Amino acid sequence: MTTTMTKPAVAGVRREPPGRISPQRTMRHGLTLAWRNVAQLRHSPEKLLDTTLMPIVFLLLFLYVFGGAVAGSTHSYLQQLLPGLVAQMAMFATMGLGTALNEDIHRGVFDRFRSLPIARSAPLIGSVLGDTVRFIIVMVVLVGFGSILGFRFHTDPLSVLGAFALAYVFYLAVCWVSVLVGLVAPSPETVQGLAFLWVMPLTFGSSILMPNTSTMPGWLEAWAKVNPVSHLAEAVRALTVGGPVGNHVWYTLAWAAGIVLVTFPLAMRMYSRRA
Amino acid sequence: MSYVIQAEGLQKRFGDTKALDGVDIAARRGTVLGVLGPNGAGKTTAVRVLATLLKPDAGRAEVCGYDVRKDAVRVRAMIGLTGQYASVDEELTGSENLRMIARLLDFGRAEARSRAVELLERFRLTDAGGRAVKTYSGGMRRRLDLAASLINRPEVIFLDEPTTGLDPRARNEVWETVREVVADGATVLLTTQYLEEADALADRIAVFDHGRVIAEGTSDDLKAQIGRQTLAVRAADAARAGQLAAIVGELAGERPEVQEPTGLVTVPVSDAAMLSALVRRLDDAGIEAAELALRMPSLDEVFLTLTGHLAEETRSENLVAEGSLA
Ligand SMILES: Nc1ncnc2c1ncn2[C@@H]1O[C@H](COP(=O)(O)OP(=O)(O)O)[C@@H](O)[C@H]1O
Ligand SMILES: [Mg+2]
Repeated sequence: MTTTMTKPAVAGVRREPPGRISPQRTMRHGLTLAWRNVAQLRHSPEKLLDTTLMPIVFLLLFLYVFGGAVAGSTHSYLQQLLPGLVAQMAMFATMGLGTALNEDIHRGVFDRFRSLPIARSAPLIGSVLGDTVRFIIVMVVLVGFGSILGFRFHTDPLSVLGAFALAYVFYLAVCWVSVLVGLVAPSPETVQGLAFLWVMPLTFGSSILMPNTSTMPGWLEAWAKVNPVSHLAEAVRALTVGGPVGNHVWYTLAWAAGIVLVTFPLAMRMYSRRA
Repeated sequence: MSYVIQAEGLQKRFGDTKALDGVDIAARRGTVLGVLGPNGAGKTTAVRVLATLLKPDAGRAEVCGYDVRKDAVRVRAMIGLTGQYASVDEELTGSENLRMIARLLDFGRAEARSRAVELLERFRLTDAGGRAVKTYSGGMRRRLDLAASLINRPEVIFLDEPTTGLDPRARNEVWETVREVVADGATVLLTTQYLEEADALADRIAVFDHGRVIAEGTSDDLKAQIGRQTLAVRAADAARAGQLAAIVGELAGERPEVQEPTGLVTVPVSDAAMLSALVRRLDDAGIEAAELALRMPSLDEVFLTLTGHLAEETRSENLVAEGSLA
């Protein structure tokens, strides 16, 4: 019979499987699992409703509440606000990840992943990469709706691309904080509650809404100056509407690296421990 | 190496609960090991340790010769696991689920697709393959879960209560699948609360209670371990049941039970020679026997003798508890 020749798993004949998973295979498995997240969204696009509406709501709200007071006119404020919202949205877009991860773990899908010969990190990497869809939608809606309101880029396309690449790098780093919270929290609801606790101070204790932080009390101004979200906002401002970039790009990258260095190993440890 | 699953002295604690309290089990290649026990006996914990999802506190376990602690990645390459609770992605379609897992097992895109088609067909899910799993019935979900654990034709398959909550037809399908994969050379460790299931499928049975193996052997071994058989006799004329019971009681030296309204008289016996003595006495008394048999004790009786409590009792209690959770 010819079929017996191609049958791979004959008892005792099977090749010894590799004892470690190479980084390339881990990346490939991560991409497969990212595909899973995308496929889920394709089946229930309503899950993206909040992601789609969020930039519109925030843009309108901040523009018309603060526009007059901060910059004298809504039109000139829009040029400062939108880059700030790029930073804010990069933060907000990570919030759903922890909740989804926590649900996954409770549903037992992760047990299956853990019983497969793939790296422990692959499902987490897959979740983070798969969530990129959210980042893209948020940014496209933000810029699209901003343009309707009158926002214009004032720099070259390469700088604009650089700005969004920087926001994406920072977003990927912050995703690991969300992953960590998703792994530690006992239930999806807790993840949501915790998310507000860490996202809000980071986002609003910054220069995203007003580039001039000198009117803040001393302690808050000090925080706003070191806050990575401020650095990201300033970098994006400079790269999209002009002005000196300074060290903001480097500060942002350093923060991103620092966040990953701390949260990734912690997340991996929590994940392995969680039975 | 003839043992593909081998565990010695496994211990696992959760707080004050000793989920595993020194478990030794072993399964030979190409056989079914049935792990039988009531809810909370430690079955799931044992499966999770062997499938590398949980690290034991003490003890040693090997699957296909690989240590579950030190060589977990290799163990994972050899096993398929169907957990007690469905571990398929509700949001994806059946076909997407299978393809995803095939890709994670390093199948190429086309290979993954054809394997998914093949398994969907084998588990009668071809029509449902394009639908989201959340629209599946319990039985369909189980079948998909089972299909997912067979994708890379694993050497060892762990099935944790694969038929709990299934209707008899779905249960029979799972049984058929188990027999098929074993015929293909796989080794199966199957946990169950159903004595009938262990009896029907398992080559050897390990009876779990409170994190320990309280008995191990073939179904017949277990029955023999209890020792005593049951004599069952029924008179053709039901009116003579009382007289029959008196004779049986005298011979057995023990008061027999008389079932109403059938008039079936049963008594435990230790000496099979009693059967011929009984036949002679019935002749003398002119009682015609409509039924006369020496029966092995049922596995329920085995469990009762081994643990001092009925498996069935525990099960129905737990069903109530689970029902109120849902
Ligand atoms: N993750 C856990 N945390 C705390 N207790 C657990 C955990 N898993 C199992 N147990 C306890 O360990 C015992 C054995 O559980 P389990 O292995 O699930 O039994 P079975 O599968 O035979 O029903 C039970 O008393 C259960 O409550
Ligand atoms: Mg169980």
